[in-house]
Amino acid sequence: MSETLTAVLPEHIALLGNPNCGKTALFNLLTGSRQKVANYAGVTVERKEGTLHTAEGRRVKVLDLPGAYSLNALSGDEAVTREVITGQRDELPDLLVCVADATNLRLHLRLVLEARTLGLPMVVVLNKMDRVKKLGLTIDRAALERELGLPVVGAVSVQAHGAQELQAFLDRSLEPRRPSTWKSTTAEAVRTTQHEVHRIFKLAVQEPAVDADPSGRIDRVIMHPVWGFAILAVVLFATFMAVFSLGDVLNGYIEGAFGWLAALVEGRMADGMLRGLLVEGIIGGIGGVIVFLPQILILFLFILALEDSGYLPRAAFLLDKPMSKAGLSGRSFIPLLSSFACAIPGIMATRTISDPRDRLATILIAPLMACSARIPVYTLIIAALFSGQPLAAALTMVGLYLLGVVCAMAVAWVLKRGHQGRSPLMMELPSYQWPDLRSLAIGLWERAMIFLRRVGTIILALTIVMWALYTIPSPRAQAGASELENSLAGEIGHALQHVFAPIGFNAHISVALVPGMAAREVVVSALGTAYAMEGDEDQVGAQLEARIATGWSTATKLSLLIWMVFAPQCLSTFIIVRRETNSWKQMWLMGGYLFALAYLASLVTFQVASWLTA
Amino acid sequence: MSDLRNGTLHLDRLPAQQWAHVIDVPLPHAGAGRAVVIRLMELGFVPGERVCIVAEGPGLGGPLAVRVGHTTFALRRHEAAYIQVAPIVA
Repeated sequence: MSETLTAVLPEHIALLGNPNCGKTALFNLLTGSRQKVANYAGVTVERKEGTLHTAEGRRVKVLDLPGAYSLNALSGDEAVTREVITGQRDELPDLLVCVADATNLRLHLRLVLEARTLGLPMVVVLNKMDRVKKLGLTIDRAALERELGLPVVGAVSVQAHGAQELQAFLDRSLEPRRPSTWKSTTAEAVRTTQHEVHRIFKLAVQEPAVDADPSGRIDRVIMHPVWGFAILAVVLFATFMAVFSLGDVLNGYIEGAFGWLAALVEGRMADGMLRGLLVEGIIGGIGGVIVFLPQILILFLFILALEDSGYLPRAAFLLDKPMSKAGLSGRSFIPLLSSFACAIPGIMATRTISDPRDRLATILIAPLMACSARIPVYTLIIAALFSGQPLAAALTMVGLYLLGVVCAMAVAWVLKRGHQGRSPLMMELPSYQWPDLRSLAIGLWERAMIFLRRVGTIILALTIVMWALYTIPSPRAQAGASELENSLAGEIGHALQHVFAPIGFNAHISVALVPGMAAREVVVSALGTAYAMEGDEDQVGAQLEARIATGWSTATKLSLLIWMVFAPQCLSTFIIVRRETNSWKQMWLMGGYLFALAYLASLVTFQVASWLTA
Repeated sequence: MSDLRNGTLHLDRLPAQQWAHVIDVPLPHAGAGRAVVIRLMELGFVPGERVCIVAEGPGLGGPLAVRVGHTTFALRRHEAAYIQVAPIVA
């Protein structure tokens, strides 16, 4: 057919849509695991691109744009979306796929009308079509196509074949591109567009007499001033219980596997440098960190599921008032909650906070949320402090988490002094829905890969360096001193004593804190190496605990715990703060205040505890 | 916040669970409020629309959960105050 020869088919499409339209679930359905996550140049807004197959099997590149209510951007996310589809960032897409929630066209049609003025070839996807019937809505698709002057397809992004209509549409030839008439909006223009939305909505959508969405009824409990807080407390408690108890069981399996591996290598190889490197250095060091993968993933599973279901914005609503006392808004809650898993995704999540001061304050306090990398260090020292007293141990753990939160709020209050009270909130509380399992799985897979990549690169390198420092003798080795004192690491530890002796840290702790700068988890394996122990991480853990229990004073243990709450650690956090704030000054401000807090708090703890226990 | 003429009031003064019509969302002359007002209108707070406060955040001066169209938005009181409404008398 001569017609298909001249037809221009889309090869590169972009998904545009309001937040909560199910756009990311649709993207996951279309692309599956064929995704690439990167950053837009100059900003840390995630750039998600993937490949899909059309009905005829052609490959098409898909870009998932950040969710936007409007092209009049209020947040950094929305600004990127506008820049992409107005051609300021990338090459313009061949086809704009505007995704709208079919159950909420009153809100979502406005963006469709605004996007239409860009003049790009465009298709409207009515997502969540399965819920339309359940809610008793009727949508006249022909009327919608006629009034919008755009092709309309239906989709169910949470069903296996829910994107077939769109995939078939992508084999049709493109309309020609028209010149853009889009311009930054005025109040009058918004009013006119909203009138048009109303007119089209009335023609195309029939609503039932009674709203069948249960969200309103659920909200009466979830957002109740008393019951709401009770439910929030239970949700948070359940999350942390799962992280600690379920995570602990899974950790055991991983520890077992690494122990078996270490024993295997020890049995097969002759004693020597290489075996030492493999068993103590690599297997011990890496194993000691990988065991925390289950805990990180469990925490992320809860956060992703709570977010997808629509609960987290409600929690943010409940916490808005308490957080306003510190000068923040409820919008800071979700980034801070993520920071308990890891400060890096937490800091990246702050980009949905439109107020720059609120966003900066949230970034600067995110490292005070006890991230999962601190769990191994807390666990080790608490076990040495309170062996055989599970209640005291548990309360101490909770206390350390609370200390971080309370101090974070105090720091936010200082940072926002004089600018309190007017922070914007303006946050959608979307209808409740069951989390999309495909999106959960893909989200967890991404997290696991990020963690394992970190383990395979920076943590592996550090582990080898630490092992080498403990193995290589210092050029100024003295007779009579122990092997450890004569190693390069021993020398470094000695030098660091000038700084750390007043807060009760011995040479071993001081040395272990150095690699801990790059990755907190390494503190435990570095201490293990320092106490010159062999074998798998499980053994190192157990013996190390005994050595610490008897070898360190109570004051030293407490001081190190307090240090871990505040200390500016993990180079990745520094890097992400530098990138997100685009400022070296803010990065050093964060590092500086955390170091000062850590040193002062540990100094007071050590001196007071020494005096009390003397 | 002063009361407005003949039965019109700012949304943050509307009693919870009381439906009302949006009368006006006046654009401030200057300042950050302009962007807020434009966004409120883009979200659906335009004259003629029905709104209702479905939940009040805990504590004095807590945020409001406002229903407009098929969506609920959490607004702080200073944001809700931009919207002028007239209660619908049953």
